[in-house]
Amino acid sequence: MPDVVVVGAGIVGAACAYYAAREGLSVTVLERGTVGGGTTSRGEGNILVSDKEPGPELALALASRTRWLELAAELGPDRFELEEKGGLVVAASDGGAAALTRFAAGQRAAGVETVAVSADRLRDHEPNLAPDLAAGVLYPQDMQVQPVLAAVSLLAAARSLGAAVVRGEEVVAADRGPDGHLTAVRTRTGRYPTGAVVNAAGTWGGEVGERLGAPIPVLPRRGFILVTEPLPRVVRHKVYTADYVDNVASDDAGLETSTVIEGTRGGTVLIGASRERVGFDSTMSVEVLRRLATLAIRIFPFLAAVRLMRTYCGFRPYCPDHLPVIGPDPRVPGVFHACGHEGAGIGLAPGTGALISELLTGGRPDLPAFAPARFA
Amino acid sequence: MTSKFDVTVVGAGPAGMAAAVAAARAGARTSIVDAGTGPGGQYWRGASAVEAARLHHDMTTYHRLVAGLPAVTRYFQCHVWTVTRDGDGFLVHAVDRTGGGERTIELGSRRLVLAPGAYDRQIPFPGWDLPGVMTAGGVQALLKGHRVVAGKRVLVAGTGPFLLPVAAGLADSGASVVGVHEAASPSAWLREPGALVRNPAKLGEGAGYARMLARHRIPVHTRSVVVAAHGADAVEGVTTARLDGGDERTTAVDVLAVGWGFTPQLELPLALGCATRVDVDGSLVCEVDDGQRSSVEGVFVAGEACGVGGAALAVVEGEIAGAVAAGGPSAPSRLRRSRARLRRFARAMHRSHPVPSGWVDRLSDDTTVCRCEEVPFAALRSMRQDLDAHDGRSAKMLTRAGMGYCQGRVCGYAVGCILGQDASATTGFAKRPVSSPLTLGALATSVRRPAAGADP
Amino acid sequence: MTDFSFDGKPIPFRPGQSVGAALTGAGIRSWRSTRRTGRPRGLFCGIGVCFDCLVVVDARPNERACLRLAEPGMDVRTQQGTGHDDLEI
Repeated sequence: MPDVVVVGAGIVGAACAYYAAREGLSVTVLERGTVGGGTTSRGEGNILVSDKEPGPELALALASRTRWLELAAELGPDRFELEEKGGLVVAASDGGAAALTRFAAGQRAAGVETVAVSADRLRDHEPNLAPDLAAGVLYPQDMQVQPVLAAVSLLAAARSLGAAVVRGEEVVAADRGPDGHLTAVRTRTGRYPTGAVVNAAGTWGGEVGERLGAPIPVLPRRGFILVTEPLPRVVRHKVYTADYVDNVASDDAGLETSTVIEGTRGGTVLIGASRERVGFDSTMSVEVLRRLATLAIRIFPFLAAVRLMRTYCGFRPYCPDHLPVIGPDPRVPGVFHACGHEGAGIGLAPGTGALISELLTGGRPDLPAFAPARFA
Repeated sequence: MTSKFDVTVVGAGPAGMAAAVAAARAGARTSIVDAGTGPGGQYWRGASAVEAARLHHDMTTYHRLVAGLPAVTRYFQCHVWTVTRDGDGFLVHAVDRTGGGERTIELGSRRLVLAPGAYDRQIPFPGWDLPGVMTAGGVQALLKGHRVVAGKRVLVAGTGPFLLPVAAGLADSGASVVGVHEAASPSAWLREPGALVRNPAKLGEGAGYARMLARHRIPVHTRSVVVAAHGADAVEGVTTARLDGGDERTTAVDVLAVGWGFTPQLELPLALGCATRVDVDGSLVCEVDDGQRSSVEGVFVAGEACGVGGAALAVVEGEIAGAVAAGGPSAPSRLRRSRARLRRFARAMHRSHPVPSGWVDRLSDDTTVCRCEEVPFAALRSMRQDLDAHDGRSAKMLTRAGMGYCQGRVCGYAVGCILGQDASATTGFAKRPVSSPLTLGALATSVRRPAAGADP
Repeated sequence: MTDFSFDGKPIPFRPGQSVGAALTGAGIRSWRSTRRTGRPRGLFCGIGVCFDCLVVVDARPNERACLRLAEPGMDVRTQQGTGHDDLEI
């Protein structure tokens, strides 16, 4: 009988499994699809502090970033292609530049490294940038990772510490004892007696929570990414426009787009970012692609002659207050949630995993902002 | 939104031509879009040229269909990159490459007939990525479409009746064809007598090729496969062997033409959500009803995309699809009978020419599996063994197989086999939201505008 | 017969032939080197599906030689890797 069952073998589930196994707990991970087959494989592998305003999520992001570096050192630096490439946020207008400067000052006070870059120095950092941008801020702490490789590696490490990973298992219900405490997790084909379950089902965390008797309001927010043909190194950092930050917190149901551009090891350039609330509809939207292309060319004019090779979309898991759900469920003792990371899942995964493992071993980290109880 | 067309046909091969002509004849405002410079697809590539008659078949049908095309608005050198729903109709998004340019056009249409055709199925083997190793279809396209003989000394290998016309065409055009290596057993056809009896024209055709090969003294080896291609910077020799491994011999060549049947391009039907199934030959194909309707209202599919079966079948299916899409009643019984007969022949052909199992065992560690991203067999094997990942999605993410320019068209089948997946799992490699690359500039400046085209 | 130039050499072609067909007819079988291992590639599928035959035409890289029609005076060149080395920073 495992000490803990982790539902979901995405990046967050993998991190929870690894840290729990490292604490000596016996762990079983249940995944109905493939490792990293959900939102983990649909993003860009961002580990960002640059896009977060001062608050609990930024604090978690800073701590989690440190853990990423530790993991790379422990498991092998090139295991998941971790790159400390840094982020460059640019503003196209003077108004945007002023807002960016204010935002960065607040972040600096909260422990984020920032470097102001004037208009005439922007191309020292990114030679291919458009020549008429207003200003920028460099964030040396932003990093990049290969997310599926990372999830696979964390699970492999967890397995070497005794964890079991079972694919093809979909959770359908929880069994509870007379005192209401969790006693087992039931799947379509089996039953896993356990006293603790971690809901790390990402965008399907709402559904899984419901099935465990512990519903949480996690909803999908669709995003498209454009992938160009292979190129030599043309973009050094993750480069994005200042309105990205506003984009995250917006509650508009309609289409929101901003520009995020970065290179990859394979040579392709990834271009994002769009946000829409359309449920789980994965039909391609030419309008979104058109807007993303237009915005990207504004920042990097050379992209006009570069070919789009493919596109994909994913569904970010978000909660109404745009903060993740991390912590014990108030209704079902034994159920813990670790999902709803909306676009920041990769970056926040090790921090989340460490918090969960602390909770599982009797610790009481104070996380009111992320508490599942806040939805009661 | 008022659609510009009643019926838009994507693909101007035999099925597309037949569909467009039938739809226009039924009074529909019809358009046809194709990446080629003119109609014909692969089968009738270059058939408009004066000396074409020597190289082409079914020219009567070809000329009949060409004669019907002026009633259709034609968009050539336009590569469809996606199709979307637009109100109760559809939008066909294409990249217009006339004059070597790159700009986008959009065609609005109430109904669609998708006839995207097929391309050569390929399996890797050591040395297959040397220049001079080509698909059988590619060698044929060079000959028929461009009147170029691929090389001087050619070996033809693989499986399927298509190998014969390729060898015969090459020999007739002056190349030395050193041999045809067919993996199937010569007696396979004997198990399908019904199909042959009902399709006597095919028997005659086959006999014609056999005579031509005999005249050129080209040996045909059955139950024989290519084991490896050799050479420094281009192919210089090929090693063949019997399927059971015996009789290995190496022959000097400058071109190796390999064909393992064909597989359809399904990204457009998949983009619209059409239901698919796995056909007898392991290909993912579109499900259609008696009227060539897909599972999506307003979307018709005809030709290879419904099941690889050759040009004659494609023409029949296209004629049905075009007529029904234009609002006509169901197919006339004459066409339905032809379709049934030809489909039966196609199934028999597939069953007689399977891709032989065991080819994965002939791969070495450094045999390229994904040509675009240069992913060797060892990478896929290690993904299974070391990372415990066995699915197509993981293969893409962890090895980059299928992530290059061709987006898994060439390696998808092979990767599926290597991972031990059943063919139904190949949807992952078959979905390509962007079915033709286009510049970001062209995408950014694409606006809703009626395309010019060659109006009737 | 007219011609286009390939790496400075004249290549004859007939109207309607693709760049790839004309090169093949002239005995040239490869015109690019791959990104990772620098191996030569030319025509493979011949019908625009495999993207192996990429070549630089009039300074534009990644043109499929099997689809691009040959034109008099065209400047065709061997493609190295991505074909976009001029963008490298």
